[in-house]
Amino acid sequence: MHLKHLRALVALAATLPASLAALASYDVDILPPVTPMSQESYNLHWGIMYVCIAIFFIVFGTMFWSIFKHRRSKGAQAAQFHENTTIEILWTIIPFVVLIGMAYPATRTMIEMKDASGADMTVKITAYQWRWGYDYPQEGVHFFSNLSTPRDQIDNYDGAGAAKNDNYLLEVDKPFVVPTGKKIRLLITANDVIHGWYVPQLGVNQYGIPGFIKDAWIQVDKPGIYRGQCSQICGKEHAYMPIVVDARTPEQYAAWVKEEKAKMPPPPAPEPQAAAAPAAQGEAPAAAAAPAGKMSAADLKAAGEKVYTQNCAACHQANGMGLAGTFPPLAAGHAFNAPAAMTKPLQDRGFFKGGKIVEGSPKEHMDIVLHGVPGTAMASWAHLTDEQIAAVITYERGSWGNHGGEVQPSEVAAARKKS
Amino acid sequence: MSAIAHPHDHSHGEAHEHHGPPRGITRWLYTTNHKDIGTMYLVFSCIMFFAGGSMAMMIRAELFEPGLQLFNPQFFNSLTTIHGLVMIFGAIMPAFVGLANWLIPMQIGAADMAFPRLNNWSFWLLVPASVLLISGFFVPGGAIASGWTLYPPLSIQQGISMDMSILAIHMMGASSIMGSINIITTILNMRAPGMTLMKMPMFVWAWLITAYLLIAVMPVLAGAITMLLFDRHFGTSFFNAAGGGDPTMFLHIFWFFGHPEVYIMILPAFGIVSQIIPAFARKPLFGYASMVYATASIAILSFIVWGHHMFTVGMPAAGNLFFMYATILIAVPTGVKVFNWISTMWRGSMTFETPMLFAIGFIFLFTIGGFSGLVLALAPVDITLHNTYYVVAHFHYVLVSGALFAIIGAVYFWLPKWTGNMYNETLGKWHFWLSMIGFNVLFFPQHFLGLAGMPRRIPDYALQFAEWNMISSIGAFIFGFTQLIFLYNVITTIRSGKPAEQKPWEGADSLEWTHLPTPAPYHTFEVQPVIK
Repeated sequence: MHLKHLRALVALAATLPASLAALASYDVDILPPVTPMSQESYNLHWGIMYVCIAIFFIVFGTMFWSIFKHRRSKGAQAAQFHENTTIEILWTIIPFVVLIGMAYPATRTMIEMKDASGADMTVKITAYQWRWGYDYPQEGVHFFSNLSTPRDQIDNYDGAGAAKNDNYLLEVDKPFVVPTGKKIRLLITANDVIHGWYVPQLGVNQYGIPGFIKDAWIQVDKPGIYRGQCSQICGKEHAYMPIVVDARTPEQYAAWVKEEKAKMPPPPAPEPQAAAAPAAQGEAPAAAAAPAGKMSAADLKAAGEKVYTQNCAACHQANGMGLAGTFPPLAAGHAFNAPAAMTKPLQDRGFFKGGKIVEGSPKEHMDIVLHGVPGTAMASWAHLTDEQIAAVITYERGSWGNHGGEVQPSEVAAARKKS
Repeated sequence: MSAIAHPHDHSHGEAHEHHGPPRGITRWLYTTNHKDIGTMYLVFSCIMFFAGGSMAMMIRAELFEPGLQLFNPQFFNSLTTIHGLVMIFGAIMPAFVGLANWLIPMQIGAADMAFPRLNNWSFWLLVPASVLLISGFFVPGGAIASGWTLYPPLSIQQGISMDMSILAIHMMGASSIMGSINIITTILNMRAPGMTLMKMPMFVWAWLITAYLLIAVMPVLAGAITMLLFDRHFGTSFFNAAGGGDPTMFLHIFWFFGHPEVYIMILPAFGIVSQIIPAFARKPLFGYASMVYATASIAILSFIVWGHHMFTVGMPAAGNLFFMYATILIAVPTGVKVFNWISTMWRGSMTFETPMLFAIGFIFLFTIGGFSGLVLALAPVDITLHNTYYVVAHFHYVLVSGALFAIIGAVYFWLPKWTGNMYNETLGKWHFWLSMIGFNVLFFPQHFLGLAGMPRRIPDYALQFAEWNMISSIGAFIFGFTQLIFLYNVITTIRSGKPAEQKPWEGADSLEWTHLPTPAPYHTFEVQPVIK
C-alpha cells in the first residue's frame, strides 16, 4: 500500500461525518424505471418488500418479545412443550399461499419480458473485451462505443489523480441512440467471453454469450440518457465498458440516423478515396490530415501512439511490456512465460522464439491486428481504419527498442482485401 | 466397526499409553483419532479464514474510494476469485467437517469415525490443495481472475494458475467425498444401541443430509472442471461454440453443483443452531420431527433450483418460471425452521452467553438474507439485480452471518468440552457485538449499492456509489479486526483458560455433555452407552 495513500485514507475517514452531511448520493431504492418492464419489476420489488417487512415484524416482534420476557434473569421458568402438529401445518400453508400471491404477478411480468415479438426495430449488440458494438441492420448504421473517461482520472496510484467527471466511468465516446415510444428488439451476443448488457433503468440485464444470440426488448417512453455497465465479469477491464443509452424523439432519432449513415463507408470495399472516410470513427485526426495513401513515418508514429493508448494499452500496457502470463509484451527480446495455447499461435506467426518475443514480419503483424488470434483475448481490430491500423503498427514496430520499420495505409488496405 | 472391536489397538503411535496421544509431529501426520483430525480441520479452516479475510480487507481497501489506488484490475479480480474459493472450500466447508469429526462420534455414542485412515487422508489432501490454489498468486499471470464460478471462455483465457486451481478443486472435492462417505457410514452403522435415527441430535441429522448432498454434487463439479481442462489443453470444444459446444452448458453444470453447495454450507449451521438454542432456553427443541423433514425438503429442493443463478442467461420464459417457482418453494421449509427456533425460545428460561448470542444473531441476520433471497427469487426482479452488490449482500448475509456465525457459536459452545477450559465471556460478548455492528455496517449498505445498479467484481466505480462504498469499507475493517479478538480468546482459552465445569451449559442434553467428562478424553465411548 502506498504510504501516501494510507494517509489519505486516514484523513478521509476523519472527515467522514462532515462529508456525510455535505454530500450526495445515499440512494436506497432501485433507480426510476423508464420502460414498461422495468416499471413492473420495480412494482414487484416493492410488493415483495412489503411482504418481507410484514413477516419481519411478526417474526422478530415475537422473538424479541420472548428475549425480553422469557429470560432467566427475570425469573422465567422454562415450559416443556415441544410439539404441535396443527401449528406446524399452519405455518407451512400460510407462507405457501402468500408466496403464490407473489408468484402470480411475477409470472405475468416474466412472460411479457420474454416476448420480443412485434418489435418496431431491431438492434444487434455485440460485446467485446472491452467495449460494445451496436449494429442497426435496418438503418445500415454500426459503430463501437468505448469508455471515454480519461485514464488519468482512473489511475490514482500516485495520489488523487485528475478530478473526476460527473459521469466518471459511465460515459462513452458514442452512445447507443434509440427512438422513444418504439418497441426495440435487442439481439445480444459477444465476441470473446460472456458479458452482460445491463442498464438498470431499462430493466434489461442480458448475458451476451459468444456464439449465441439472445434477445430482450425495450420501449423507452421518456427521452433521456440512461447509463449502465457490463454486469458479468469479463476480464481485466470489466469495470471499464459502460453502456450509455440516449433515447431521443423519433424525429431527432431520424436526423441522427441520417447523419450517421452519411459517415458509413459505402457498401463495397472502400476504394482509395476511402481515405476521407475515417471520420466515421470519430477519431482519426492524423489520417485525415495526411495525403491519401502515403504518410510520413513521424505522422504515423504520432497517430499510432494515440490509437495504441486508446485500444491496446489496457492489455499490452503503455510501456509495451504486457502482463506476465496473460498478455504478451510487444517489445522484442522480452520473455513471455505463458501456456502453450498462448505462445504457440505467436510462434507460428513468427513473433515468439525460445521463450522470448521477437519481431515478426509486417505481413503477420497486419494479419494479427486485422483478424485477432483465435482462442486468445486478442480480438480483431478490423473496424479501425487502414490509417489507424498502419499508424498503430508503425508505432509498435518503432517503439520500446523495436526496429521493424513503417507500414503504410495502402499496405493495410491490400492485406484487408486479400482476406 | 473394527475401531469399536479393538478399542485398545496400539497401532496409533509409539506411545504405549492406552488413552494418551503420541507426541510430536507424527501424532498429527499419522493420526486416525477423530478428535485430532477434527482439531486439524478447525485449525486449517481458521488459517484459511484469516487468509480469505485478508483478501477481503484488500478488496474493501481498494473500494474505499472511486479510482484505482492500490491494485491493478487484474490483481483485484484475482483477489475476489481466490477470496471466494478460499472461503468456500478452505474456511466454511472444512470448519463444518472439523465439527463433524469432533462431535458426531460423541453425539451418537461411537468410539471413532468408521474409516479412520480415510479420515486422515481426507484432511491431508486439503493442505496441498490449498497451497496449489493460493500459490497461483506467485506464478506468471497471477492467480485466476475469472470469478470463483470459473465461467468459460474467460476461464479458458487464464494462465497456468487455472490448471493449478482445477487440480486443487479436484483434490478438495475428493477430500469432501471421502469425508462424506465416512460421515454417512459412521452415522448409519455406529450409533449406540437405542439411538434411533429420530433420537439423533439435530447436528447429526443435518450432517447426514449434507453428506448425501456432497456425494451427489462434488462429482458434478469435478466433471465440469475436467471439461474446462480438456477445452484448455486437449482441443475439445465442450464450451466453445465454434466447435459445437456451448458456454451456457458450463453454467448449467456448475450451478447444478453450485446450488446444493450453498445448502452444504448452511444445513450444518442449522444443526448447530438447533442445538444451541434449546441449551440456553432450557427447553427442548420445538418441532424436532418437522425440523428433520424441513432439512430434508430443503436438500431435495436444492437440486431443482440451479437455474435461478441464470435468469439473465436467456433461458425461455418457461425455464425461468420453473426455476422461480422451485426457488420460492424453498422459502416454506426454511420458514418452518425459523418458526421452530423462535417457538423453542418462547416461554423458555433464557440466558445469553456468547454461543446463544451468535445463535440469535444467526437467526436474525440469516432471515434477512432469506428475505433478500425471496426478492431475488422473483425472476423479473432478479434480472434488475443480477450480478449487482445486492447479490453480494444477499449471499454474505447467509454465508457470513449464517454459516460463519454458526461456526463461531459452535466453537464457543463446545470449546469447554474440547479443551476442558472456559473461554473469556467478556471478550466473547465484545466479539459478538463488534461483529454484529461491523457486519451490518459492512453488508447492509451493499443492498443499496445493488439497487442503484453497482455491478459486482469491479475495482472502480461511478461517483454515485462512493458514499455507501466508503461506509461499507469502514464496516469491513471493524468486522475484520474484530475477528482477532476471537483468535486471541480461543488461543488463551486453550493455553491458560480457567478450568470449565463438567457441564457448563445447563440445558445441553446430547451425549457428549451427559455421558462424557469435560474435557473429553482422547478415546471416548470405548464401550457404547445404551440410550433409553
